[in-house]
Amino acid sequence: MPISVEEVYETASMTLYQNLDIRTTTLGINLKDCIDSDFKIFKKNVYDKVFSNAVKLVEHARALEMKYGIPIANKRISITPVSLVMESHCTKNKFIQMAQTLDQAAADAGIDFIGGFGALVQKGLTKSDRMLIEVLPDVLSQTDRVCSFLNVGSNVAGLNLDAVNLLGGMLKQTAQKSKNAIGCAKFVVFVNAPEDNPFMAGAFHGVGEGDITLNVGISGPGVVKAVVEQNRECDLTQLSEVIKRTVFKITRAGELVGRELAAALSIPFGIVDISLASTTAAGDSVANVIEAFGIEKIGAHGSTLAIALLMDAVKKGGAMASGNVGGLSGTFIPVSEDEGMIDAVQKGALGLDKLEALTAVCSVGLDMFAIPGDVPEETINAIIADELAIGIINNKTTAVRVIPVPGKKAGSLVKFGGLLGTAPVMEVNPFSAKDFLKRGGRLPAPVTSMRN
Amino acid sequence: MEKELLFITVIGEDKKGIVAKISNFLYKKDINIEDINQRIMGDGYFVMTMLVDIKNSIIPMEKITRELEKIGKSLELRVQLQHENIFKMMHRV
Repeated sequence: MPISVEEVYETASMTLYQNLDIRTTTLGINLKDCIDSDFKIFKKNVYDKVFSNAVKLVEHARALEMKYGIPIANKRISITPVSLVMESHCTKNKFIQMAQTLDQAAADAGIDFIGGFGALVQKGLTKSDRMLIEVLPDVLSQTDRVCSFLNVGSNVAGLNLDAVNLLGGMLKQTAQKSKNAIGCAKFVVFVNAPEDNPFMAGAFHGVGEGDITLNVGISGPGVVKAVVEQNRECDLTQLSEVIKRTVFKITRAGELVGRELAAALSIPFGIVDISLASTTAAGDSVANVIEAFGIEKIGAHGSTLAIALLMDAVKKGGAMASGNVGGLSGTFIPVSEDEGMIDAVQKGALGLDKLEALTAVCSVGLDMFAIPGDVPEETINAIIADELAIGIINNKTTAVRVIPVPGKKAGSLVKFGGLLGTAPVMEVNPFSAKDFLKRGGRLPAPVTSMRN
Repeated sequence: MEKELLFITVIGEDKKGIVAKISNFLYKKDINIEDINQRIMGDGYFVMTMLVDIKNSIIPMEKITRELEKIGKSLELRVQLQHENIFKMMHRV
């Protein structure tokens, strides 16, 4: 059956008017084979492997943008968690040099972010893991493109509170060392981190992955919003149905671009991540989708149900469209990167408590929110621990990307610029959990039966 | 040689000379038109789609896109060129 005018128009409108884009094409690169006892050779191996692959990614991605008329917003690299490959070069100086090498390789190849300067510490910390956390304030403030993550818990390991307790202090130092605390925007702490997530700042190339893999993130909050607006009167079942159909279509586009790009690079295609991800562009907001459902402002009572419906419909549509759905594949609700979220915080519709509740039904967690710089580090640790507990108990990925902005009070506004947007500084509960967190240790892995 | 089929989508207000201008450009570049359709959509937009075969085109796809964008600008219309695979992937299971 030939393609009809209506179908061509629908697809063309998605890119022309509704901001449909391939949000990211992320090349996962294994660095284990770069290790050498001579650190100079090790660095050279890393630079060469990252640079040579990244250059090809940028070139072929551009050609596909042209072919399909879909913008590919970001070309990125994820690498083997750096603490793993640095075990035998465990000094502060060498860690910083490795970060600079990665930053340089990414810059030279025209890559915007390189993720994986992190560690898997769900069960415990090695010397190298501790060193990595120690150098993070310097790395995050001195490099432009290097992103970092820590996985501090999982369903089978529980939650490593000792690792969480190192983070408040680390984040406050990072904030002090970088302009507008921007370094903190490049660090995410996870539980149940997926090994094939293409989105930053939390992307890394898992140890169970092959040598090189291409993962793709497709995104279209604007497309979903348009279809919701065309269906103002329908009930929830029908609403879920129209969202599913739309997500099916955009996921197919992601799958097509991913497959062709991987074939052009002669590497295996990994996954397509179907997460709805906002940008600061007008109309490209997940909050606006929720509002088009009929909620006055995101954060109002009813928002959790709305996000749950959206999230579930996105997953069903995506799973039908592609056998390679992976990564986080849900709905991101970052505060600073979504104009609807920013507005909701400023108008008092959305606070930290409701934001935490929303993350219980959506991926990926408390994302890109600013808090006053004088919030004690124990309280930052407690915010992180609370969010991660939701993930552990509910069998899902959760994460935190928090920005404590020095000198700022709740209610003020911090401009990061570019994709990172503008963050209204949010109020934090003034009471303390210091003595509880001081206990340290590990939250035991949860029971997987008796799930009420 | 196998055909290389792409869709040209023109969106905007209906006016004289749209088909003439675009088909004249395609003729000069040795691009064959396989099919043309047009319609006024529910939201009032005029939409024309052309299925074209660029296997004999004397200029590369990148240049075709740029030239079509220029023609679009001169007629105050949005013009987009996309390979037919994307429509097949999105609209056919």
